[in-house]
Amino acid sequence: MSVKTSVERSSAIRWNLPVLPSDHLENVSAWGMAQEAVSYVYRPSTVEGVRSVLQLALEKGMTIGLRGAGRSYGDASLNAENICLDLTRMSRILDWNPDQGVIRVEPGVTIGQLWRYVLEDGWWPYVVSGTMFPTIGGAASMNIHGKNNFQVGTIGDHIREFEILLPNGKIKRCNRVENSDLFHAAIGGFGMLGCFLSITLELKRVHSGMLKVLPISVSSLHDMIQVFEARMQSADYLVGWVDCFASGSSIGRGLIHQANYLQPGEDPMPTQTLRVENQELPETFLFGLAPKSMMWRFMKPFVNPVGMRTVNAARYHSGALHSGKTHFQTHAEFAFLLDYVPNWKWAYKPGGLIQYQSFIPASNAEEVFKEQINLCRKHKEVPLLGVFKRHKPDPFWMTHAVEGYSLAMDFRVTSSNKERIWKLASELDRIVVKAGGRFYFAKDSTLSPKSLETFYHEERVQRFLSLKKEVDPICLFQTNLFRRAFQPLL
Amino acid sequence: MESIWKNILIVGASSGIGEALARQLANDNTQIALVSRRESELKRVASELKGKSFIYPHDVTAYEDIPGLFQKIVRDLGGLDMIIYTAGVMPPIGENEYNFDKDLTIIEVNLLGAMAWLNEAATRFGVAGVGTIVGVSSVAGDRGRRGQPAYCASKAALNTYLEALRNRLAVKGVSVVTVKPGPVATPMTRGLDNLPMIISAEQAASGIINAARRKTREAYVPGKWRLIMFIIRHIPSILFQKMKI
Repeated sequence: MSVKTSVERSSAIRWNLPVLPSDHLENVSAWGMAQEAVSYVYRPSTVEGVRSVLQLALEKGMTIGLRGAGRSYGDASLNAENICLDLTRMSRILDWNPDQGVIRVEPGVTIGQLWRYVLEDGWWPYVVSGTMFPTIGGAASMNIHGKNNFQVGTIGDHIREFEILLPNGKIKRCNRVENSDLFHAAIGGFGMLGCFLSITLELKRVHSGMLKVLPISVSSLHDMIQVFEARMQSADYLVGWVDCFASGSSIGRGLIHQANYLQPGEDPMPTQTLRVENQELPETFLFGLAPKSMMWRFMKPFVNPVGMRTVNAARYHSGALHSGKTHFQTHAEFAFLLDYVPNWKWAYKPGGLIQYQSFIPASNAEEVFKEQINLCRKHKEVPLLGVFKRHKPDPFWMTHAVEGYSLAMDFRVTSSNKERIWKLASELDRIVVKAGGRFYFAKDSTLSPKSLETFYHEERVQRFLSLKKEVDPICLFQTNLFRRAFQPLL
Repeated sequence: MESIWKNILIVGASSGIGEALARQLANDNTQIALVSRRESELKRVASELKGKSFIYPHDVTAYEDIPGLFQKIVRDLGGLDMIIYTAGVMPPIGENEYNFDKDLTIIEVNLLGAMAWLNEAATRFGVAGVGTIVGVSSVAGDRGRRGQPAYCASKAALNTYLEALRNRLAVKGVSVVTVKPGPVATPMTRGLDNLPMIISAEQAASGIINAARRKTREAYVPGKWRLIMFIIRHIPSILFQKMKI
């Protein structure tokens, strides 16, 4: 029990509080739809506009939560009952050098906008997420990784520099030399140190719009790891899909996709394959009879344990038939698998979904992920989708990446299983902490201060929080995630 | 029973039905904002509640304070799932008394305060697409009784206002519950004799919570008042004016 008195006052009870106009009120949803918040949403399109929102927040005594495309699965871009600074209108390409492959963009530029802009000049972003809708500002804040994390690191490894507006209104230019601490803390700093105003990225030269893709079927998690270890020197991309319904000796069975860039001369028509129109994902399905926008409705009847057990098994067995047969895919087709079915998350309505992704050192990854899958089975909450990736460390203070593996597991949330899933997640956390693993705020919905105790004591986290105090002493920049995860330290 | 609401705002929470509601809704997972005039009483109520509680001394007739205070409360709670407006006054009125000051106070507290608070909640819940608004009215609003003209009028107007809110907000997923208790033993009714079928504040609170849980549009507490008031509502005026009720 605790009691807070907002204001001590006498018999003359009057409040004279600032009021924000209700026409800015919006219901803001986490991408997974399992969390929502009502916020005062502001969408400036200029640096001055961003500054004026900071000023407004200070005048009204409110906090600011930054939001890009809102593609974090959990509450990373929610700031309940306070200001949500939505940067999607800051979406201009500021500078592009097609000879060197260096581009400067505003934070609201999306990954889709970026690759479409540079591809025909023969460039592709080093790091993209499984969907092209996130903004570059959001991607930098979360220091996202792709299916090639083991080769090229995270997006931060390819950011040359950025300009950031600090909570005190100052603008700083940061790179590996100038304001290096801020550079390494703000990338992956989940928007707690300031608002990116521009980001300069280095891109990857590509000689074709196609990738060579090799599917490899694996009958267990052990085999999955063996294949990853054997191929990570030669592969440009590696991603594993895991059938979490399989048990016993088949636990962790699945399908790996390896992809490699084409070397100069391998593609006879690079100018053709590099054309944006040849990259776009198909807009129809059922032999062109139905628009893809309807496809999630066809998925919905399968989004349950029985349906997904069937889908997973069918996918595994059909994948086994094509195992070892190389084919070609466009960059967009391979990279943005999650965009293949527009709004597929709607199949998880009304409760939405959460993703639980943990990062475990390679030495004990097999044992830990088996334990996690078994624990899910024990709780009768088998993940409907599992995705396996290889990672490597990077120099960013709040990074999630380790020299090891991650398993991302999707859970459907309903009003009846919500409490059970959160309880399961806290038990999964214990396994991760014990194994010296890490969590990823872009995906997180469930972490509690209890699960983060060890994390709080890490030197890098202490450094991050000291820097937060230095640049934002009044904690102007906050989110639901920040309050949830860091409450004991505030 | 476990509350399905986490963040709750009760206006008129320092005694009577409001206090009983706070006690019954509070559990280890709830955050309850208590609004009422008397700070000392609010502190007493809050100190005895489970979970987390916040107190806000406020007179509901200070209308201009309400938008800012409402925003502050939902910010302090981190959200809002339900608002209950239970502030009300019923000063004793003499048989031949026509006192506008008393009438004004009754209308201000029972009706205008409710509109000022519930308009804020309606705006916010409408945006969120979810939420529960509970207005504690009275069986007195069903008929113009000779004993309490302004009180009956205030509750009748509150009923109509709540019905209109319900009709606006139902399509947005917000439930608006009008609760009409019969006589309840509270400080407001202390000293009044011959109140029929009087119930305790705890019984009233329990009925109100059940109505909110079931999303009942219009609930009589206890339920038997529905039949009684059905009959009373249908008594012809010419007969009703001769009856001493």
